[in-house]
Amino acid sequence: MKKIIRLLLFAGLLGVLVINIMNMPAILSVDAPSYNDSIDHYLEHGVEETGATSIISAILADYRSFDTLGETIVLFTAIIALLSVLKVGDSTRKEG
Amino acid sequence: MKDQVLKTIARIITPFIQLYGIFIILNGHISPGGGFAGGTMIGTSLILYTLVFGVDQAKRKFSEKASAFAESGGIILYILIGVIGIVVAGHFLANKGAGFDMGTPGSLWSAGMIPLLMIAIGIKVASTFITIFHTLIEVKDA
Amino acid sequence: MTFLQPIIDHINYLGAAILFVIGLATVVNHTNLIKKILGINIMGTGVFLFFIAIGNVTSGVPPIIDPDQPDQLFINPLPSVFILTGIVVVVSITVYSLSLVIRMHETYGSIDQEEIARMMAEEADHD
Repeated sequence: MKKIIRLLLFAGLLGVLVINIMNMPAILSVDAPSYNDSIDHYLEHGVEETGATSIISAILADYRSFDTLGETIVLFTAIIALLSVLKVGDSTRKEG
Repeated sequence: MKDQVLKTIARIITPFIQLYGIFIILNGHISPGGGFAGGTMIGTSLILYTLVFGVDQAKRKFSEKASAFAESGGIILYILIGVIGIVVAGHFLANKGAGFDMGTPGSLWSAGMIPLLMIAIGIKVASTFITIFHTLIEVKDA
Repeated sequence: MTFLQPIIDHINYLGAAILFVIGLATVVNHTNLIKKILGINIMGTGVFLFFIAIGNVTSGVPPIIDPDQPDQLFINPLPSVFILTGIVVVVSITVYSLSLVIRMHETYGSIDQEEIARMMAEEADHD
């Protein structure tokens, strides 16, 4: 019984997602709203403003380089969390 | 592991994987790739070395001290490049305004600070991967 | 065959939604903690596929500007950049949850959620 209710819930979620997707613009079209003015600016002026011919690198390390700094800090935080869970804590385990 | 074939092939193939990773990092601004992809390749080559030769020998090649140095060194290099922007151009992570050499677009020596940032990210990602793997594989069964 | 046209027009998005629901079902239905982490990874893959599908364009080439060929149609570079951030976040989540699972296995000798819950209840009864 529980399993059937779960299945119905997931089917409902999939139905909601599919209905919303069907109202989106089609894939592979240049008229999609995400292909907007900022993309045109990156593609037209990216080379002269940053000097990099690969626009993805230009956005990653120049226009949005502060974002990339945050990314490296996320990795650093993951390492700190991993080490603090696995390398520390032998003493607390024996007390418990 | 004691398999002779595995050891020989791993010893031959590891430098080539690392060279390809360095190539991907240094060509990040003129071709697909960059710091994340190249750093992952270097990290996986070290993971291959650890899997074949064991943690103890891998630790001798890439010790905890070295990994701590690379972890923090990557971020500090990134922030230092940004601070150059503050000093010269007035805002953090300035590229063209900070007087980096822009070169001719499309050549290896171009794009100012972007290759430097890619090197910093590559160091950081490679050391992160190898530290994660060494830490997870070293846990003894309770 | 006209009723198939909307499905073909959105096939990549549909795949992303199905992957997302499969991942969520894995997280909810399984009690094995490692399988739950795998489900989180599958959900992440669905989101990546959705973003990459948004960025793709018919007959578009990767956004590497070649001065010799001025009139090229490029794909949308922005979703690719965002997905790099997403991959980093998913790797970080995976690593942290794996470390927590290792600690749980050391403490309770099991990676099954219900078993661990039962042991915790027994410990609470003893206290």
